[in-house]
Amino acid sequence: MLVAALGVASFVGQAAAQTGGELRFCLRMEPKTFDPLKVEDEASAAIRYLTGGTLVRVNRQSQELEPELALAWKVSKDGRQISFRLRSGVSFSDGTPFSAEDVAYTMQQLMDPALHSPTGDAFRSGAGSVETKVISPTQISITFPAPVAGLDRLFDQVAILSQHSPKKELAVLGPFMLGEYKPGASVLLKRNPNYWKADEQGHKLPYLDSIHLDIQTNRDVEMLRFKRGELDLINSLDSEYFDKLAATSPQLVHDAGPSLDSEQLWFNEVAKSPIPAYKTIWFRSASFRRAISEAINREDLSRVVFHGHAQPAVGPFSPANKFWFNSKLKPQVYDSNAALKALQSDGFRLENGTLKDKDGNAVVFSIITNAGSKTRERMAVLIQDDLQKIGIHVNVVTLDFPSLIERMTQTFDYEAIILGLTNVDLDPNGEMNVWLSSAENHQWNPQQKTPETAWEAEIDRLMRAQASSTDPKKRKEAFDRVQEIVVEQEPFIFLINKNSLSAVSTTVHNAVPVILSPQTFWNAERLTVAAK
Amino acid sequence: MNLWRKLACALLAIVLCASAAANWLAPEGYARQDREAISVPPSRAHWLGTDELGRDRFARVLYGTRISLLLAPAAALLSTIMAALIGGLAGYLGGAWARMAMAVTDLFLSLPWLFLLITARALMPLNVSPLFSVIVTFLLLGLLGWTTAARILCASAGSLRTADFVRQARAAGVRGQRLFWIHVMPNLKPVLYAQFWISIPVFILSEANLGILGLGVAEPMPSWGSLLKELEGLVSVGEEPWKFVPLALLILVVMSFQFLLSNQEEVAA
Repeated sequence: MLVAALGVASFVGQAAAQTGGELRFCLRMEPKTFDPLKVEDEASAAIRYLTGGTLVRVNRQSQELEPELALAWKVSKDGRQISFRLRSGVSFSDGTPFSAEDVAYTMQQLMDPALHSPTGDAFRSGAGSVETKVISPTQISITFPAPVAGLDRLFDQVAILSQHSPKKELAVLGPFMLGEYKPGASVLLKRNPNYWKADEQGHKLPYLDSIHLDIQTNRDVEMLRFKRGELDLINSLDSEYFDKLAATSPQLVHDAGPSLDSEQLWFNEVAKSPIPAYKTIWFRSASFRRAISEAINREDLSRVVFHGHAQPAVGPFSPANKFWFNSKLKPQVYDSNAALKALQSDGFRLENGTLKDKDGNAVVFSIITNAGSKTRERMAVLIQDDLQKIGIHVNVVTLDFPSLIERMTQTFDYEAIILGLTNVDLDPNGEMNVWLSSAENHQWNPQQKTPETAWEAEIDRLMRAQASSTDPKKRKEAFDRVQEIVVEQEPFIFLINKNSLSAVSTTVHNAVPVILSPQTFWNAERLTVAAK
Repeated sequence: MNLWRKLACALLAIVLCASAAANWLAPEGYARQDREAISVPPSRAHWLGTDELGRDRFARVLYGTRISLLLAPAAALLSTIMAALIGGLAGYLGGAWARMAMAVTDLFLSLPWLFLLITARALMPLNVSPLFSVIVTFLLLGLLGWTTAARILCASAGSLRTADFVRQARAAGVRGQRLFWIHVMPNLKPVLYAQFWISIPVFILSEANLGILGLGVAEPMPSWGSLLKELEGLVSVGEEPWKFVPLALLILVVMSFQFLLSNQEEVAA
């Protein structure tokens, strides 16, 4: 596939170029790293997005891939090689010249197994090393040991590092660079004076002088500060606050529709888990899981917990993922009577308001979720109430996140969990580490030596098939079937897809909130802030 | 009985009777979700409105009062007794005993109890009744909450050891346990009472915060602590002042108890 353009992102309502000003918003947690290759948390990802220069960029509005530092690229037919033609005359923020050697250096660092780069994981397609060939200062080819599906789009997450700069990862190619970091307090990003990009009129980008990121974990405080005008935007707004702000200042809030994110419930299907064996039998039964799914009122979850700013989820992908979503799938209809009948046909019976299995064990299980997430706690309580109607008693337990993760990934000492998936990648390749039965994030039963069920074996086959194909149509067919199997087997009981909600002050110009992350500052280089 | 004492008695009687009669005053219970009436303001149907899941707030305050009024004072009593025994005795005995007791207290204070609580949660089965969970929580609070009071009591008992009336009693032949229980301990009562009353609201709030570790009252059971957590939503409280009712209740109940007992001491004096 050959793509050659000098295209720039288009958006609605571009103002005349104004320079200067500082954009202020919050990071919800302390950034764990400024090394773009080690990013795995949201705060660090935001900083990488604002400071990192990438070869290509997924336009968050159109969801199309656009050139950045690469003027053109070509992916070989077998999906193993990608060649880039790079811009010339570009420098890092410290003045060090950018060339193909820096791309080669970055790829070598990225694929170094000792680094354990989460970004690199997406490129790992098979055993063997990645070869980089610098053809000229502006040409490079990268060859992988096995085909990598959606190879070009993966480079959206790869911020190029300088091989020669003494500043290491602090020498950047993005519109902003790190100015000051006060741990626990704030991160200041300053305009990169050497940023290569200009707007259509030839004005140098970014328009802003700086971006001030306060580290603020309390959403109430964030909201208050936004209302007082101390913050310019809230990138991800809770539905409760959205409604309150909309009631008084509707021009400030934006609902971009269903996001890529989902919330789901799953049962522990790990055979060696310490939970009672009879419960493992229930949880490993697809008909049990389907009955539970049918007994959950997703419309109420959307309406009550998210105030209507969510949609019942259908399967692993949200309808917002326009290309990959299997549009033939429909949301599970809530029917507690049908759910009870299905359980009864499986040998369960209702005795004095309590559902029991064929051995007389009362159907009681716990749902754990992370403390501090009001939406998940409320969803758990609603589900507790829904399942009580069919005689199932649920204990809701909220745990600190590290304890929850430990139970989920190491001790497997849990029965059911409610958590969410935040998808930053449209391509299903980004979820290989979830759907492959051998993967770490195959949450309900991870790291299987061989697939324990026929349907998991089929998903493995389909995921590998789509990963090794470069034909979008064949990949879509394979992943459509994966989505169908997931909906049939319900290893994840997908609950809802949240809407992408944000708030942007009227002093910010050129903001176009979208569903792909980062929703409000995806075009930070073109944002301007009017004087207050 | 003066007017303030009568008012305090009346208030406590109303609160205790209302919580005991929760089954009649709020027959639908604290867990029933009216999903068509989410976060509604007070009305005839819902005297204190509903919460974010459509549960009647008045019912939850009534049932939560039972939990908090029963268990928080019990935990406070436990921690006060432990403080009295450890700190009071250490101060009375003085010397190496006091030094050893305070060293143990300091060690206790310096330990990262967060990890103990996390461990306690890890050891507890996930499937326990909400009542068991909250009893364990308050028990832990009681067992952990004695240290500050112990230090104060140690200092107080130490100063009493050399007080004139104690010397007089000793000169009269009073020794050992009798001297401690009859002469020293009653004079520690003001400190004990203060510690007891301070502990109650502290434990109520601590129980709510322990929810982050999976301890505390489990849903859907309410407690004052979990109701007070609604006040964390700073943006909405100004618009929903009825959310302050559990806080007002807590303040009034604690003040009423304090008022009752402080008046008793004045009469005794």
